[in-house]
Amino acid sequence: MRELVIISGKGGTGKTSLTAALASLAVNTVLCDADVDAADLHLLMQPEIRQHHDFMGGKSARINPDLCTGCDTCRTLCRFDAISERLVVDPIRCEGCGVCVHFCPAGAIEFPVQRCGEWYVSDTRFGTMVHARLGIAEENSGKLVSLIRKEARQLAEEHGHDLILTDGPPGIGCPVIAAIGGATALLIITEPTVSGVHDMERVLDLAAHFNVPGMVCINKFDLNPAMTETIENIAQKRNVAVLGKIPFDPVFTHAMVAGKTLLEYGEETPTHEVVREIWNKIITSPSMHSYGIVDLKATIQ
Amino acid sequence: MIISIASGKGGTGKTTVATNLAQVLGNRVQLLDCDVEEPNAHLFLQPTFTQSEPVTTPIPLIDETKCTFCRKCADFCEFNALAVVGKQVLVFAELCHSCGGCMLVCPEGAITETSRELGTLNVGNAGEVAFVNGRLRVGEAMSPPLIKRVRAAADPDRITLIDAPPGTSCPVIAAMHETDFVLLVTEPTPFGLHDLKLAVEAVKLLGIPAGLVVNRADIGDNAVFQYAEEEELPLLLTIPFDRQIAEAYSRGRMMVDALPEWRHQFIELFAKIEQIVKVNKEAACVN
Ligand code: SF4
Ligand code: SF4
Ligand code: SF4
Ligand code: SF4
Repeated sequence: MRELVIISGKGGTGKTSLTAALASLAVNTVLCDADVDAADLHLLMQPEIRQHHDFMGGKSARINPDLCTGCDTCRTLCRFDAISERLVVDPIRCEGCGVCVHFCPAGAIEFPVQRCGEWYVSDTRFGTMVHARLGIAEENSGKLVSLIRKEARQLAEEHGHDLILTDGPPGIGCPVIAAIGGATALLIITEPTVSGVHDMERVLDLAAHFNVPGMVCINKFDLNPAMTETIENIAQKRNVAVLGKIPFDPVFTHAMVAGKTLLEYGEETPTHEVVREIWNKIITSPSMHSYGIVDLKATIQ
Repeated sequence: MIISIASGKGGTGKTTVATNLAQVLGNRVQLLDCDVEEPNAHLFLQPTFTQSEPVTTPIPLIDETKCTFCRKCADFCEFNALAVVGKQVLVFAELCHSCGGCMLVCPEGAITETSRELGTLNVGNAGEVAFVNGRLRVGEAMSPPLIKRVRAAADPDRITLIDAPPGTSCPVIAAMHETDFVLLVTEPTPFGLHDLKLAVEAVKLLGIPAGLVVNRADIGDNAVFQYAEEEELPLLLTIPFDRQIAEAYSRGRMMVDALPEWRHQFIELFAKIEQIVKVNKEAACVN
């Protein structure tokens, strides 16, 4: 089984639209939306939720004023300034470390586990999808990402699917680290802008750090052809294949407004063809075949 | 006054708004780039950094000559950052939240602290604008402590603009918490709307007044504008999709420099924010 994780360093590069378009080309896949912080893939997939689970994350301290003697121990020990002078815990600052709970001489602090979000297994017109929603202001996005990837993997194994397509989170921090470990390959979507180049390099560093092969695809390449060339040069130097260059095409936005994937929407344009070529290159790429066993070509329609 | 600029998700033009606003405010302002995972503001403002220092966080150091392998530390740690395996205490530094609890619970005094590097803090100037950013070390998962350090570098005598990270979880909360105003930047598309709704929930939770900038205002549909009206979220600026803006952006040029007619729009944007913050503070005094 293979897992392709689609990431972009930063949001807004068309990552989710492209993931959806690829999903419509693949068969025998499980979809996984690992951008749990701002999950958007469901807007194009209109999933029918089949299973619904609570995601229980960290704990949070709560002082019971009836038991508290006001000794101030908790406030002095809390390194996150989460306890006010009036001995109230600010749930946003509390990291759930449990120091105050352990050292409160009056046993006045409760430490309940928090429900940090939800995750779902759904049916879509392109197969099974695992997705989630992290609660607002919650931590543990990395944990939730790991959980839904594990779930996607299990489903794929149970039902004999060859491929998992994962829409990854932005950035290079905790959720992305959780999203790429153990993946077969990364598809990095970038744009020909100074920030696009900068973010792509950070993500490539991350991919190198965790030893996951990367491939690059340039979106809106015609907005700045010189910068597109810079990206191609960087990719070549770093031995990363550029799979394709997608023009700036409002059809992505129009498809999104219609709740459809690019390939389901409107007249055939050159953009459609480019996306199909990219998919072909992905499934025949050496990084997706590093073990040389499965013919992923069988997964294309 | 502290204004954080957030967007639910990346790529909507948050950094564009933050840098252009900073540029027109000049020496009255400082920009803190708190998007430490992918800092971009420096690419546009081109600051000269005068100071750069590593930011570290404490992690436990176990003295195995004193340790009796009682496991009290490992049992205590809420984040599974410690494990006792045979006659060894393993520290998984990347999981440690630096709470110091293990050191306090160890009955043998076998734990002291050492430090781990999270990233760097860079301070400088971009023309008249004071500039600070943080840069997370590649492979490092813990961004909130670095964000807090960037925020701590703020100069209270200037207006502070915070370029917040995307999302609605702990990193963006660390950037928006205890600010006077949140400027939300979005696009009029289903993705933009969906992420804006999450960002608005976060802002409500924090109880901070907010306003909206709609970027590429003509590329999608009307739903974002309708939502803003229903939520009484003031629409403070709309920026159309314009190839000239997009191309200037792609080269790292700021809108207000490439297209000077935008200067007064950003100055006005700031005036509107100032007004809302003022009214809000007065309301807070009355209550
Ligand atoms: S340590 Fe316990 S008793 Fe002391 S102030 Fe805190 S909650 Fe109250
Ligand atoms: S659990 Fe930790 S962070 Fe939360 S209030 Fe107690 S000491 Fe502070
Ligand atoms: S609590 Fe102290 S003595 Fe016990 S295992 Fe941990 S370091 Fe060793
Ligand atoms: S400092 Fe806190 S989080 Fe870190 S290892 Fe010790 S108990 Fe765990």
